[in-house]
Amino acid sequence: MSAAGIITLVITTILANNVVLSQFLGICSFLGVSQKTDTAAGMGAALTFVLTLASFVCGVLYRFLLVPFHLEYLRTIVFIAIVAALVQFVEMFLKKFMTPLYEALGIYLPLITTNCAVLGVALLNVQKDYSIVVGTIYGFATALGYWLAIVLLSFLREKITDNDIPRPFQGFPIVLVTAALMSIAFFGFAGIKF
Amino acid sequence: MREKNPGLRMYKKRRRFSLSRYVRLKKNSPGERIINGIYFENPVFMLVLGMCPTLATTTSVINAVGMGLSTTAILALSNLFISVLRKVIPQRMRMPCYIVIIASFVTIVDFLMEGFTPSMYSSLGVYIPLIVVNCIIMGRAEAYAGKHRPAESFFDGIGMGLGFTVALILIASVRELIGCGTWAGLQVMPAAYEPVNIFVLAPGAFLVLAMFVAIMNRFQIGAARRDDSWDPTGKFVCADCRSCPRILNCSGKPVDYVVPAGTARSTDEKGGDA
Repeated sequence: MSAAGIITLVITTILANNVVLSQFLGICSFLGVSQKTDTAAGMGAALTFVLTLASFVCGVLYRFLLVPFHLEYLRTIVFIAIVAALVQFVEMFLKKFMTPLYEALGIYLPLITTNCAVLGVALLNVQKDYSIVVGTIYGFATALGYWLAIVLLSFLREKITDNDIPRPFQGFPIVLVTAALMSIAFFGFAGIKF
Repeated sequence: MREKNPGLRMYKKRRRFSLSRYVRLKKNSPGERIINGIYFENPVFMLVLGMCPTLATTTSVINAVGMGLSTTAILALSNLFISVLRKVIPQRMRMPCYIVIIASFVTIVDFLMEGFTPSMYSSLGVYIPLIVVNCIIMGRAEAYAGKHRPAESFFDGIGMGLGFTVALILIASVRELIGCGTWAGLQVMPAAYEPVNIFVLAPGAFLVLAMFVAIMNRFQIGAARRDDSWDPTGKFVCADCRSCPRILNCSGKPVDYVVPAGTARSTDEKGGDA
């Protein structure tokens, strides 16, 4: 893939094909930890780290282990095991060597195992037949899109906390309505052409 | 007192719609599990779990049925297996074990769908392997199957899966009807009807789900609380986020679930309006 192609891929992945707002991956944590901006940013950072690493490791293992031995059908099991193990290793590594970062990300790291964006990107890389480098870049761009969306949602949620919201809409439904409006706004990026 | 405590009045008003008042079923019996999954602890509307497939695969009723039934099959079988193996699996290693069991069933279903329903397989795409990370399955494994007998766990899986399917069909019906004018591929709306495309696109998914949850909140906010097996004061104390039904509204801190004034079960048992 050419350099221009990669730039296009990155920008469309972040904006037009946003992982949360148009592909519905990682919705649980998107709605769950977006109450405050700093926790949302922490989750975004943790996910960026794990997702980039996971898409690289999954790509390498798929190309050099599963394909040569014709074990492609095991990819779901292998990928989820890799993601779970990776999250554990990242947690242990950060705890030992980068304590401040570990303390900042601590609670969000274990939650990432069940974040479907990580497994989703690993599987999409296989489906779209991306090379390892492009796959890693795609994973990184996806995580940036997630980061952008969750931080924006947390801004909006902080703004609306004191608003007079109808009783049935309090809590979860108003967050969904907010996400719907954000999703409409992100639709505007679909017109971007290079 | 009555004016000071609107929660109690609303609670009493709502009790009239309680299903458990008319249908007495033995706890953990198959029927109770299935009704519990469809109504009292509906995974989508009550527990707000499994949001990714709920939003992504409800563009048409056919897709919703496919997604719901494949999730039901995986949920029932993985619950059954986890329950059978619950004494063999070491407590500390249970998460990886659960994941491997679930992933195996997902792979099987993935193959079956690719072989027998190729058009649905291609339209559901990446969301079939992503059933592995559906919070409902992991949540039930952790909250129910790991602690109950195989038959009970199997029916719990069936009930939860059917609840999930019903919720998906409801959401998909609204989206397809407004967004395409059809229901399960059949033309319902008159030919002059101009479809509102946004309902089958991404924002429509958020909007329709928001409306459904708001409607549920309006009528049945205390339904889960009314269920005898559900004790809001004791059962969920944030020990493990992965099985926590309130993870979406979680503040990140371990807090006890706040029971609205007057709705605590002690008030209910006394039967008086204090």
